[in-house]
Amino acid sequence: MAFVFLLEQVVNGLVLGGYYLLLALGLSLIFSVGGVVNLAHGAFYALGAYVSLELTRRLGFAPGVVIAPVLVGVLGIAFERFLLRRFYTSDPILSLLLTFGLAMVAEQAIRMLWGAAPLPSTMPSELRGQLMLGEFMFSRYRLLLLAVVLTVMTGIWLLLHKTAFGRVVRAGVQRPDMVAALGIRLAPYMTTIVALGVSMAALGGALFGPIAVVHPAMGTEIMTVAFVIVVIGGLGSFWGVVLAALLVGLVRGVTIHFVPAAGEASMYVLMFLVLMFRPRGLLGERIEKFE
Amino acid sequence: MQDNDHRAVPSPRRRSMLQAGALTAGASAIGFPALVHSQADKIRIGHLTPLTGFLGALGEYAVLGIRMATEEINAAGGVLGRPLDVLSEDSVNPSVASSKAQRMLERDGAVVLMGEISSASALTLAQVAARNKRLFMSIGARSDELRGKNCNRFTFYVDIPNTVMVNAVGQALLRDNMVQGKKFFSLTADYLFGHDLLRVAKKFFAANQAQLLGDELVATDVTDFSPYLLKIRQARPDVVCSNLAGNQVTTFLKQYAEFGLPYPFIGFNLNTADAWAAGAENFGGVWPTVWHHELDTPGTKAFVAAFTQKHGKLPENHAWIEYVSLKIMAQAMNETKSTDSDKLIAFFEKGTEFDLLKARKGYFRSWDHQLMQEAYPFTAKPKGKAKDRFDFLAFGAAVPGPKESLEVLATTKQENTCSM
Repeated sequence: MAFVFLLEQVVNGLVLGGYYLLLALGLSLIFSVGGVVNLAHGAFYALGAYVSLELTRRLGFAPGVVIAPVLVGVLGIAFERFLLRRFYTSDPILSLLLTFGLAMVAEQAIRMLWGAAPLPSTMPSELRGQLMLGEFMFSRYRLLLLAVVLTVMTGIWLLLHKTAFGRVVRAGVQRPDMVAALGIRLAPYMTTIVALGVSMAALGGALFGPIAVVHPAMGTEIMTVAFVIVVIGGLGSFWGVVLAALLVGLVRGVTIHFVPAAGEASMYVLMFLVLMFRPRGLLGERIEKFE
Repeated sequence: MQDNDHRAVPSPRRRSMLQAGALTAGASAIGFPALVHSQADKIRIGHLTPLTGFLGALGEYAVLGIRMATEEINAAGGVLGRPLDVLSEDSVNPSVASSKAQRMLERDGAVVLMGEISSASALTLAQVAARNKRLFMSIGARSDELRGKNCNRFTFYVDIPNTVMVNAVGQALLRDNMVQGKKFFSLTADYLFGHDLLRVAKKFFAANQAQLLGDELVATDVTDFSPYLLKIRQARPDVVCSNLAGNQVTTFLKQYAEFGLPYPFIGFNLNTADAWAAGAENFGGVWPTVWHHELDTPGTKAFVAAFTQKHGKLPENHAWIEYVSLKIMAQAMNETKSTDSDKLIAFFEKGTEFDLLKARKGYFRSWDHQLMQEAYPFTAKPKGKAKDRFDFLAFGAAVPGPKESLEVLATTKQENTCSM
């Protein structure tokens, strides 16, 4: 029985890791291509939760979860076009300051618009409750979440590896100068990457809203985990981020099973260990512009 | 000492006072005395409360409550003919709270300190108060330890302590036959407050033949409870018990409903704002509160009407408690005709009764400085009975009952290790 319990934590941890992936992959993409550490990524996550909450009240749950990431993605386009774009080639400290400031502005804006008190958010009653598969207990809602994450990840992978768009983006990560020499402007690609990354964060917020506390600082809370995953996974690697997200979810679950008090510390220990042996992260590539 | 007082050379302190005096005189002479006058005339109160983090939402209500009391007091002529000036700041964490409090007393001219929701920060503020020999009115912190082994002469406690919360819920559970012989599993907030609440809960379980199968300490920034929920299912308890705090309780309620675990749950700490955030379909169980907006007293009705009109939302218990706390402080200053901490302490210690907008008045116990007052258990309304999305909480009658002493649920002198 004890083994089944442990296995249950492992599976549950992997599901949670999949959810973290929604945030971490966007963060990693924006950094790999643009060289910008987007500290405002969590703000888009929070916005996703709030916007979908408003839409859910008016249109219902499914339209809310679908439309919110699109709206936030449009905001992401404006964010890239008017702010982020000016900082790709400048000192990284400037883009850090910009996105850090933006995160604070966004959090306060949410506080002014919706208030500091957390808002109630609901899910359709069909999605509530548990599903027993043999000895394993799953939350129905999280299984749906897992399905959405798998779909999105497959889409992103196909986009990056099987399309012309993806080839340019991957080339842009390694040799932006060569891409430019071939007469390809990276700017529109970057806009798309930022819009995609930000939409994924918003989708994460929209999906996690019904089971988390929807409050102005929710973005800041989740960002730490997302950063840890990007660092563990390594830059420029799709599978690195996937692996790291699953690993963080798994390690947290297993740690809580054995040493509950160390649950939140476990991912930092993991990060420490990975960086000791692989300073570029698990599957991180050597990216010349960052060396 | 005597010699020093007769020194020919003025001490630095005197010199600066002289300079200040000269400046004041100069300012008066050149024609803006009003400014100097009004600055010196205000009674400043240092107010700290968490505005960010897992207690931030409660802190926002706290500020709205104390601000409303300030406006009412000042509109009615202030205290001792002087306006009150409440300086509210985010306490952030225990060490920031303590350095801000020290600054408020030293530099900002605060005469007393008030506020706090986090027990950990309240503990450091009580130490600042004792060190500076100034009064600290701890408003929203609930750990027994604060008014127990960490009590001091300068700190007074307004909110109900953990023992009262556990006993208020405990009475309802005993009535419903949910304690004796039952197996409990608890989740506890991993900081001073949670540890203290767990200790009190364990005592209650042991005294009433209940068994605690297990307990998990949960960090205050945890957003995913699923591993803990799996552990609850593995333990198969009769009742699940929450000793969580702030946002944690909301997260717990939502994810407990998400996983649809079959065990009934109860909790020893919940604020109405956190219950509202969980939503009607996730809420259940029995919980304690120090005050609620449906109390049928003229005072509460007037307060709720004024607050709702001003802010467009219902006040929750932290708004109420800050509101009455400042009223208590103002009353004390008016009746003692002083802002001196020693005089205020003597006034509180002599058992003066205060209107708390409840059916019965309250008073501070002289030996542990705890405000004695009524508490209320609450639970969920039957499905479909809620009028709107804030109307799903069903509040019980006041405990202790109208004929009982206000002290029956509190710690006794034998149990409490406080000595001043």
